Amino acid sequence: MSIIIHKNTKILVQGFTGKIGSFHAEEMIKYGSNVVGGVTPGKGGMTHLNLPVFNTVKEAVDQTGASTSILFVPPAFAADSAMEAADAGIKTCVAITDGIPSHDMVKIKRYMRRYPKDKKMGLVGPNCAGIISPGKSMLGIMPGHIYKEGKIGIVSRSGTLGYEAAQQLKDLEIGVSTSVGIGGDPINGSSFRDIIEKFENDDETIAVLMIGEIGGPQEVEAGQFAKENMSKPVIAYIAGLTAPKGRVMGHAGAIVSAYGESAIEKVELLKECGVTISKNPSVMGEAVKKVLVENNLN
Amino acid sequence: MDIHEYQAKKILSDFGVKIPTGGIVYSPENAENKAREIGGSKWVVKAQVHSGARGKAGGIIICNSPLEVADATDKLLGKKLITNQTGPEGKIINRIYIEEATDIKHELYLGLVFDRSSESIMVVASTEGGMSVEEISKEKPETIIRSKIEVAVGIQQFQAREIAFGLGIESKLISRAANTIIGCYKAFSELDATMVEVNPLVVSHQDEILALDCKMSFDNNAMFRRDEIAELRDKTQENSNEVYASDRGMNYVSLDGNIGNIINGAGLAMASMDMIKLAGGQPANFLDVGGGATPEKIVKAFKLISMDTKVKVILVNIFAGINRCDWVAEGIIQALSKIEIKHPLVIRLAGTNVEKGNEILKKSNINYIEASTLEDAANKAVKALG
Repeated sequence: MSIIIHKNTKILVQGFTGKIGSFHAEEMIKYGSNVVGGVTPGKGGMTHLNLPVFNTVKEAVDQTGASTSILFVPPAFAADSAMEAADAGIKTCVAITDGIPSHDMVKIKRYMRRYPKDKKMGLVGPNCAGIISPGKSMLGIMPGHIYKEGKIGIVSRSGTLGYEAAQQLKDLEIGVSTSVGIGGDPINGSSFRDIIEKFENDDETIAVLMIGEIGGPQEVEAGQFAKENMSKPVIAYIAGLTAPKGRVMGHAGAIVSAYGESAIEKVELLKECGVTISKNPSVMGEAVKKVLVENNLN
Repeated sequence: MDIHEYQAKKILSDFGVKIPTGGIVYSPENAENKAREIGGSKWVVKAQVHSGARGKAGGIIICNSPLEVADATDKLLGKKLITNQTGPEGKIINRIYIEEATDIKHELYLGLVFDRSSESIMVVASTEGGMSVEEISKEKPETIIRSKIEVAVGIQQFQAREIAFGLGIESKLISRAANTIIGCYKAFSELDATMVEVNPLVVSHQDEILALDCKMSFDNNAMFRRDEIAELRDKTQENSNEVYASDRGMNYVSLDGNIGNIINGAGLAMASMDMIKLAGGQPANFLDVGGGATPEKIVKAFKLISMDTKVKVILVNIFAGINRCDWVAEGIIQALSKIEIKHPLVIRLAGTNVEKGNEILKKSNINYIEASTLEDAANKAVKALG
């Protein structure tokens, strides 16, 4: 098994008829993802890319049985769309949108708490590349062909650095069970910890590559979780060794403002948790390979 | 986005926080008149730049007459203030704030930030006002009070009271102090702020609770609905190349080194900077042209890098996904036909159609050094420095 998305996962596209939504919906369909329709308020009843368009997520879920959605809605309306998905019974929503205000993210997360655990939506992103379970389904904007099917779980804040890792692994003939982009915002739907826990519980995944960066507590929280609860090895790279303190490095969340948030400090704290560190971004693949050999996992 | 002290004070005072009487001036005459208008016998002349630690840098001057106020203003206006936060280039002083001097009994610290762990708003307070919060956490950590506010219901009176009592404020002033804390919270939550810092918050001998110095930062992502905040932006306080980049939708941070970077994606950009450092070089900038790396963006990126006089070598590192390397290569060639680059250029392409992309570059007449991996690119860039 992979995590979160599988071969037959039924997918809805929120912001379906827009330029970006259309482009990536087509790419996902080409990859083999089971896209069953989309939502654009006011365009219900239309057919787009040979698929039905609905006015509301609820209607779309009722008619298609979709469990998952991907969101390309502009920042000003994205929070509303994510909450609509949560209310309609969507299980996982991936928000690709870059530029959602932090105050809105806090609001979405509070809103999601009203549902009991078994009905609560998992939000991934925003400002992320999405999720891919190679050979099965793609729920994101990544180039699908750089991912080889296999047994390594990848979780990354950055999109392109996640691609870099997938390519390095592929060059070493190592494949990926699922790769999850959690996005570069300070407040995001799923944390590193949330995702590595899923990898721990996934039969197919044998090791996890975590690609973090400066800013925030999530990498270290994941390291502590791994130390206490994980049987599978975790390999990590933290970007931003040269980033100056107090500056935002592209991602809204990539800013060092407290102890434990710089790359050097995170690396030290992760090492204490028993996480293997990839010394530089050029050897992420090799670091994974070495761990696999050491643990007789290859 | 940061704003000036006087702007932050105006905002907080609209939310019920008391501030000393004061006004903004742009000339010495103006300053003298403002001092007379404010009245009293002691004034503080404050350079308005986007930086803390202004006092130690000579940007805050206490004056005993309107004439001294004029002199101090004359001394500061148009100068660059160099603090331990501005870097060696300093920041230009274009505005001066004149304020009545406050008769201080106690100096306190009050700050509000997002707590990324609990995803709530955190109030941080201490009895050690006047020091930076980093200094307080290092030297007097036991004085720090932290209070997490549940954003769904907002701050409650009792929470504000607890903080005020924790700061040792006298009983008769508790409700005033609590209202100050609540005012700061409301400003934070209603205006898409990411930081509110009142340091020091003072108790005066006249039993007033006053915000003596304030800083506020706002979420850039929320500016689409905060016109009133967006117009407070003062671009003279920002690095000019950074302004050029942000106006064109690029993420750019100017750094001290001499290897210029053009990279797609923030994570990959940070990673490339790290590789440069490990290879023994120093990056001149952080530049993320966006995951897409369209030809238009690449042209703009080359323009931006060519404006930076520190740059001696340029490193282009693009991981092409959906956008294919052949298309990115065309973009680079197009950019170089429009902008003359005199420095050595190292190009590393990766991802979709990488062979095709490299072939297009080779066949073109551009002068460059081809690199294969991240590490190879960084090593070649450092070597090209000579």
